[in-house]
Formats: sequence, C-alpha cells, structure tokens
Amino acid sequence: MKPKFGVVVFPGSNCDHDAYYVAKKLLGYETEFLWHKERDLKNSDIIILPGGFSYGDYLRTGAIARFSPVMNSVIDFANKGGIVIGICNGFQILLEAGLLPGVLMQNKSLKFICKDVNLKVVNKVTIFTQDIDKNVLTIPIAHGDGQYFAEDDVIKSLQDNDQIVFQYSDENGNVDESSNPNGSVLNIAGIVNKKKNILGMMPHPERCSDKVLNNTDGLEIFSSTIKNINNLIEV
Amino acid sequence: MYKVNVIIKRRPKILDPQGKAVEQGAKMLGFSNINGTRIGKFIEFFVNTDDREIADKEIKEYCEKLLANPIMEDFEYSVEEVK
Repeated sequence: MKPKFGVVVFPGSNCDHDAYYVAKKLLGYETEFLWHKERDLKNSDIIILPGGFSYGDYLRTGAIARFSPVMNSVIDFANKGGIVIGICNGFQILLEAGLLPGVLMQNKSLKFICKDVNLKVVNKVTIFTQDIDKNVLTIPIAHGDGQYFAEDDVIKSLQDNDQIVFQYSDENGNVDESSNPNGSVLNIAGIVNKKKNILGMMPHPERCSDKVLNNTDGLEIFSSTIKNINNLIEV
Repeated sequence: MYKVNVIIKRRPKILDPQGKAVEQGAKMLGFSNINGTRIGKFIEFFVNTDDREIADKEIKEYCEKLLANPIMEDFEYSVEEVK
C-alpha cells in the first residue's frame, strides 16, 4: 500500500505547508490539505495535525480546534487505529481531544523557546520510531506552552505501557534537568497512545527534514512511519 | 435569563509561574505583605432560559467540556437572574 497523507489546516496553523512539503515533495507521497470545516479525510492513511496557533490559542492551546468538524472525523479515524501525528499545536489538540493523556501548560520559564533540542528516542517499538538508527535526534522546538503535565498515576501508566517515545536529553542521551527546556514531567517531549497509532510531540520534525537545512533527523520519523504503516505493532 | 460569572483557577498543586512573576513585581513595588498570587481566568456569559435547573446543567457542561481543562484547572461560577 502506498500511504496517503492528510494535513489538517486550522485557522492559525502555520506548519501545515512544511508538513505538506515533507510528505509530498521530500517523500513523494500523495498528500492533501484537510480544511478544518470539512469532515472528509479524503482517504488519508496518515493524518498530520501541524503546528501553529489554531484559533489563536484562545482559551487554551488546542481547546477550540478540538471541536472543529474535521476533528470529529480525526477522532473516529484514530479510535479505529488510523495513524495520527500531532506536532506541537497538533500535540496540544490531541491532548484536548482526549486522544492522548495529559496536558501541555505554559513553559516553566514563561518564555517562548525556539531552538534545537536533543531528543532521546526512548521507545523504538512504535511504527514512528522503529527504523530510527540514532538514539538521540536533534530537532527544533518552538513553543510557549510545552510543559507536559499529568497526574502521577497517568505518568506511571505511560511508563508501564511504554508510551513515552521522546525525552529531552543532552547530546549523549542523558535525560536530566539541565536538558529540560520547559519543565515537562520526566522531560517528556513525545508520547503515543496505548495502541501506539497516535503520536504527539512538541519538537518539529518537519522543520529538519530537508537536506538543504543540514539536518534530516526529522525525516527519520516520517520515513519510519511509512515503512511500518502496514505492520502497526499490536500491544 | 441568567448572567453567569465563571472563575477558572489552576489547581492548587500546579505551579503558577505567571503568578510568581507578577508577585515579584509586587515585591519591587514594596508590597511586603502580598503573597500567594495566582493568575486565572474570568469568563462571563448569559444563559437564555428561565429554568434554573437547565441553566445549571448547561453552565456546568460548558465549564467541564470547554472552558476549563480538569487536568490542570478548577472552576467555580456564580449565577445572577436578569430580567
């Protein structure tokens, strides 16, 4: 099967074209934009919820986007095992929609942070990470609300079910307080759901996928996903 | 019709860095007695019904489903009848 990508566009999305560029131009797969007012996912096999500031981040990040018509279809699609990748604001929307557990709060420093960070690939038993050779990826973050928080029992369940996929680390993969940019619990940068078909992550892999940018660590995530789409790992 | 005032606060155990930063301002202004500053949200709206029970149900659902995120926030509201 040659997978098709669907990139959701909310009012205020601003990484939609970057995601489209990676899927269509760099990877060469059929890709369509999915306008937030539509319900038709146009037979997409992989849905990307891109970064940005959907609905101006009013009320809370992702709070209003979560109720847009397209999200009803995305929630159905995800619950049936469809592959969904939420990046930055997309991650925030997935949490508000209840597709992933927890919440993303304002960065501890109160600052908007835009820089490259190192990510330890904690779990390689997901379709998103299975074919990533490196143990540490360098991928940029750009967010004001990236402090991952969940209650202790939720964190324990994330650990018990191997749902933590990326943790902020140093370049050697050491996960410590000094490499935590935003105050996230356990340096969490990306998680999957229990069935491992939904990935949410704060860093922007679509911003480091093209060779011209001298870093293609982001592309590894998309390539791994495509390669393994047909053998979604059952838990 | 009812007029509703909703106050949304971060749950007590969750750190409020914004409140902390604002309180530093208070200290710089010389307010030595101010402490425990926490920042939340204030939202007001009307409910077009004269049935208090229906109003309460809608207000509560509105708060739970959209206005507040129960993972990090608590909400409280007051209701005033308007003619």
